[in-house]
Amino acid sequence: VAPDRGVFAFSETLAGDTLNRLPTNCRADTCAHTNTSGQFSVQSACVNLTSPTNSSQTTRILCWIMTGPKNMVSRTKHIKETWAKRCHIVLYMSSVRTDFPTVKLNVSEGREHLYWKTIRAFEYIYKEHLDNADWFLKADDDTYVIVENLLYMLSNLDPEKPLFLGRRFQPFIRQGYMSGGAGYVLSKEALRRFMKGFATGACTHFSSIEDMALGKCMETMKVEPVDTRDVKARQTFHPCPPELHLARQFQKNPWYLDYEYYPPIQGPGCCSDFAVSFHYIYAVQLYALEYLAYHLRPYGYKYRFLSRENKYFNGTTKQLVLEKDTQLPVEAGNPAE
Amino acid sequence: MKSKIGARVGSRRPIKMWSEGGSFVKGVALGGVFYLLLSLLGSFSPNAKSGSEDLHQHHHVQAQSNDNLKQLSESQTQELKDQVRVYCVIMVQPKILVYWAAAVGTWSKHCDKAVFYTSESSKALEAVDLQERDGWARLCKALKHAYENAGDLRWFFVAQPMTFAIIENLKYLLLTKDPSEPFYMGNALKSGELEYVAYESGIVLSYEALKRFVGVLDDKNKCPIRVNRLWKLSEDKQLAMCLKYTGVFAENGEDAHGMGLFNGKSLDALIKESMKNNPKNVVEGCCSDFAVTFNGMTPNQMQVMMYGVYRLRPYGHDFHDLLMFDPPEGSDND
Repeated sequence: VAPDRGVFAFSETLAGDTLNRLPTNCRADTCAHTNTSGQFSVQSACVNLTSPTNSSQTTRILCWIMTGPKNMVSRTKHIKETWAKRCHIVLYMSSVRTDFPTVKLNVSEGREHLYWKTIRAFEYIYKEHLDNADWFLKADDDTYVIVENLLYMLSNLDPEKPLFLGRRFQPFIRQGYMSGGAGYVLSKEALRRFMKGFATGACTHFSSIEDMALGKCMETMKVEPVDTRDVKARQTFHPCPPELHLARQFQKNPWYLDYEYYPPIQGPGCCSDFAVSFHYIYAVQLYALEYLAYHLRPYGYKYRFLSRENKYFNGTTKQLVLEKDTQLPVEAGNPAE
Repeated sequence: MKSKIGARVGSRRPIKMWSEGGSFVKGVALGGVFYLLLSLLGSFSPNAKSGSEDLHQHHHVQAQSNDNLKQLSESQTQELKDQVRVYCVIMVQPKILVYWAAAVGTWSKHCDKAVFYTSESSKALEAVDLQERDGWARLCKALKHAYENAGDLRWFFVAQPMTFAIIENLKYLLLTKDPSEPFYMGNALKSGELEYVAYESGIVLSYEALKRFVGVLDDKNKCPIRVNRLWKLSEDKQLAMCLKYTGVFAENGEDAHGMGLFNGKSLDALIKESMKNNPKNVVEGCCSDFAVTFNGMTPNQMQVMMYGVYRLRPYGHDFHDLLMFDPPEGSDND
């Protein structure tokens, strides 16, 4: 894996510490920035991920954030200050065009119009940006995303396959659907099929429940849901803030656990070290998560799960492959082949 | 004649001054040189307050830079690791059992020895029962107990139940400091003429400082355990006064950018402040990458901190620090 340019060479076989010392101030915001043509440039010691189909290309992601006029200052502004800049392309979808900048979609604001907003947003992206990215993330304006972890996950997958990733929920749709708040990702082929579905009438606006309705269209168009849990069966996309998952707060709302497609785990086993998203994250928590993930660290600490030693994802949509000595919970209701 | 004299006087004046007022000038010059020397020496040794009270200023304690650490051999780094082990003194009470339990299950697992000191015993959790209602007396007894049970541990960290600490970063701060020197550090504040380390953000004592404290403890004039309510200071100020008598002074723990490592507020509170004060640079303006403590953390927030500090990270951002600290055995939240 060769860096574009930069002072330090990052190598997958980096083992000997003393020679290949990475700068301790490697910051994600120096890693990924989009210039006007949407090219990803790598800097210094940050990861340069290649997609499996074309090793000379990097995995490019377009992030679009579902927002509206009344949230721009209280929420969206802070997203722009934190994680959004790590996407190759970021678009803020609203009903109003502004210099934020926001894209004006021909929709009204409000819960009943969410699925229309989603459809229009993907239409816009399909029209303007299909060739500028390989993967398309939808996030809410209260979602926090760790883009590097998402890119790492995606680098094992082929964007020309019809794939769809997120926090898998189970009711209503047989193959499951992805929680809207936790953020979900469509591959390039999945986006094509989504558009085709609406063009042919195979998919319709049959409900305003955006995530469930989109999930139905995915199922109709034979887009495969991906098991986004890591090799320890820990989730990466989260529909709630970390506190709720870690501190076992669902006792109060046990119905929520019924939505889970995979066996729900509360407490420290809930959440992957390389988590991708959390939901219901507002300004203060957004910055707090940013600080915890990218800044605050324990000096000299040997992480239990080291990114280079273990393969983190299996890169399949099928049943989890178990490591020999891993104790994993018994899966009830495995996804059908 | 006059002018001649005048001219002569004029030309001789400096020489005359030197020879007549000579001893005065020499005295001043010598005194100045000694003063310079003393203050120079003073700035190198961390406990040098041998100068007068008016020269008093915070000493700013920072972690050793990686460059210096590079020079060390394997056995030297192992020695440092052994020397920098920490005895955590955690002050609890049964009435805040949830916080006590949170400390047990989270950050205190990273102490080399974590001992809980309580005002009265509880069936639920293990602690040294000091059987003491008074906060100051409790602190005195706890510190004395820690000193007597230190074994070969040389650093002491005193925490309150709502404090969350990152012991690895404390060790990083202490790494090349000699515990046989008197260190007393944390978030150093000033109250009138007294500089003290705030209790709520954690107090760090070297073995020597603790030894001196125990030595002066219960001296009725310097460091009484039972204090008349009228004269009562808060525990942290009381501690500072006692230590002052032994020549130990408060120092502020900071990172290489001068940002404090010991926080008396919760992370959320600090982020909120930073949003007001540094809206364009909220995260970097808030808190250090190597922060040691936060205060006012609820038990649930402590679980989030364990995950956020010890696990959550972006892929590819790995660090190559010169010392490695292993995670505690049998722990599942770090």
